[in-house]
Amino acid sequence: MIAEALFFSAILFTIGVVGVLTRRNALMIFMSVELMLNAVNLSFVALSRLHGGAEGQVFVIFVMTVAAAEAAVGLAIVISVFRHFKTVDLANVNLLKG
Amino acid sequence: MILQAADASGVHPLVGSVAELIWLVPLLPLLGFIINGLFALLPAYYAGPADPSHDPEAGHVHAGDAAFEHGPPSDRWKRLTTIVGPLVLALSFLLAAIIFGATLAPGVLERPFIQTYGEWMPTGDLSIDWAFQLDQLSMLMTLIITGIGFLIHVFSVGYMRADAGYSRYFAYLNLFVFFMLVLVLGSSYPVIFVGWEGVGLCSYLLISFWFDEKVNADAGKKAFIVNRIGDFGFLVAMFLLAANFGALDFAGVEAALAGVDPGSSAVITTICLFLFLGCAGKSAQMPLYVWLPDAMAGPTPVSALIHAATMVTAGVYLVVRSGLLFALSPTASFVVMIVGAFTALFAATIGLKQWDIKKVLAYSTVSQLGYMFVAVGIGAHTAGVFHLTTHAFFKALLFLGAGSVIHAMHHAHHAAHVHGEDAQDMRNMGGLGAGMPWTRAMMWLATLAIAGVPFFSGFFSKDEILTSVFMRSREGLIAQNSFLGIPGSAWLLGVYGAGLVTALITAVYMTRMMRYTFHGPSRLPAAAREHVHEAPWVMTGPLVVLGVLSVVGGVLNIPHVFHIEPSLLLEHWLDPVVGAATLVMAGGAVTPLAATTEYALVSGAVAASAIGIVLAFVLLKTGELVTKRESPAERGMQGVLANKYYVDEVIDRALVGPLVSFSRRLLWRGVDLGVIDGLLVNGTAYVARSMGWAGSRMQSGNVGSYAWILVIGVLVLLAAIIF
Repeated sequence: MIAEALFFSAILFTIGVVGVLTRRNALMIFMSVELMLNAVNLSFVALSRLHGGAEGQVFVIFVMTVAAAEAAVGLAIVISVFRHFKTVDLANVNLLKG
Repeated sequence: MILQAADASGVHPLVGSVAELIWLVPLLPLLGFIINGLFALLPAYYAGPADPSHDPEAGHVHAGDAAFEHGPPSDRWKRLTTIVGPLVLALSFLLAAIIFGATLAPGVLERPFIQTYGEWMPTGDLSIDWAFQLDQLSMLMTLIITGIGFLIHVFSVGYMRADAGYSRYFAYLNLFVFFMLVLVLGSSYPVIFVGWEGVGLCSYLLISFWFDEKVNADAGKKAFIVNRIGDFGFLVAMFLLAANFGALDFAGVEAALAGVDPGSSAVITTICLFLFLGCAGKSAQMPLYVWLPDAMAGPTPVSALIHAATMVTAGVYLVVRSGLLFALSPTASFVVMIVGAFTALFAATIGLKQWDIKKVLAYSTVSQLGYMFVAVGIGAHTAGVFHLTTHAFFKALLFLGAGSVIHAMHHAHHAAHVHGEDAQDMRNMGGLGAGMPWTRAMMWLATLAIAGVPFFSGFFSKDEILTSVFMRSREGLIAQNSFLGIPGSAWLLGVYGAGLVTALITAVYMTRMMRYTFHGPSRLPAAAREHVHEAPWVMTGPLVVLGVLSVVGGVLNIPHVFHIEPSLLLEHWLDPVVGAATLVMAGGAVTPLAATTEYALVSGAVAASAIGIVLAFVLLKTGELVTKRESPAERGMQGVLANKYYVDEVIDRALVGPLVSFSRRLLWRGVDLGVIDGLLVNGTAYVARSMGWAGSRMQSGNVGSYAWILVIGVLVLLAAIIF
């Protein structure tokens, strides 16, 4: 049971990473990051159950809280980026280029 | 007897006498150097930056001595220098003479009088002090240096009076005398070495005195560099002495040598050969003689003082000082003798075809120094020092006379507005005697002395050397041994023959020089002829004094065979210093030659000089000589001699050229520019710059590419942890 859960978590995380790397739309990247966070959450609860402790589940609550805050801030940034550049394509957002 | 024993171990008889002031003798010239040095620097300080409108060429008609074109000295510094420069030498000479008087009392100088002024290098077993040693040899050298030095300082007042560097010149000259006195008074090899290097420095400074002409600066460098080779030998000899005998002062070395059998020690031979390398450098012997003729680029009084009378005899002095050391090594003594004999003959032949009046004298000096080395090599130390003394008289006179001639030539050219003519080339002279009778007369005296005409000073000293060589061919250390398969006595007879031939050639080239310079028709431009005048008295005065010395200098050591008293003064005087070494070289006891043999030897020497003089009068046609401009290039053997056997060219091709090209290609372009500049300095900068460039490339501003790098990095780390 634990093996399947971790395997599923790993696949989910990889899909998230590939999404972050390949997508150029800020919203899609944002969603991929959420996917990665949730993959981690999944392994947290799975391992928590395996060890019989509560720390993993507490961590998941933390992560979900932080992810909610992040979503609020992140979406606000995306909106202001869109207002400024008229696009959410990150390839065009490179004013800080060294 | 008891008193003597107490004396030998106790207080030296000279303690408390005027001889304790010996330190003042070198100190006075040092004081002169400081004062004159200030006189040379102060005007520049007060005058501010040099006047850019001054053309350095204006004071020089051409290369060589040319200090005569400016007006008389106008500033007070020059007048003060005129007083201070010669005065310190006069005081120094007077003091030396007074000390000499004190040492004449019987028995006071049976042991050297050593004055220690402080510790220099107290290192474990070896302790070196600042100490002066007064003995018969250093006394004689001190008198020669200060006496002749004073005369040359006086001459310089006239000769250099129009030169812009007047005070600088006297500062250097005073400094030279200081170092030379340290050299002869030093009681140990390191103290001698201080003086040795010091005179080398002054020689360099004075050769390139007119440094705004490259040829003079080059000559100074050449002298300095060639002398470095010799100094290397001197240093190695000192290291070996310290390592093997644990002493570097003369008393200590002599004590360590007690009981050593002649020829038994390879170490002593090595030490002597290295020491002789130093002497060959300083005293211009084969193969290190090449710097001395070039040293004639300096002012002529400098040539007289440094490159004829004093500094170049330092090598002879050092061999005499180390007499016992050389006496214990027949091989080293043989080398000294052979090198001396070969140099004497070789340089004399070059002197035959030189046209520059100073070059003739320079090669003559090299040749006469060879004579001295023959004498000290065979252990006839007195003869060597005797010739050193008389040579100082007549060669200083010849150089000062040459200076007087050059001085007159410059004035004549200047007065007649002749430019570009060589004032030192004898082909441009001729008939100068009419205008300058004193110079001609005095130089003839010196010429007769150097040629060995009977009863002039050089006759006695040269004859004593030749007689000693003949004597040693019968008995003595060198005669008993064989070298390169040939018995030593045969070598000695060969050296005797070379000495005779050299004497003949010397007579020829000296007479040639005198005839071409002072006699025959004048080859000066017609307008210049009437302007040839005698120099002022400050210049002719020293000539006359040296002329008298050149004539009567022989009384210092008249051989018994002439039955003139007092005889052999110098030999008795020097006996406490060199007697032991001479006895070893003579093989234990000196058997005097039969009177008839000695007369025959004297006749041989006289015949050689007479033939030489007659040859020069018969063969040379002063009337057929043409000026330097019109002269064709020399051909055949004459060309070889005129070009000094092409020794300089050979050294250039074989040593200097490859060395320069090696340094330029490998050391400069390869190591310096390639490795140090390229690889290390620029390489470091290049690495930093490339890393900066790579880093800046990574910072694209594209978040996506950052994410890629991040992921790749994590994967690499993961891989590293897992595998």
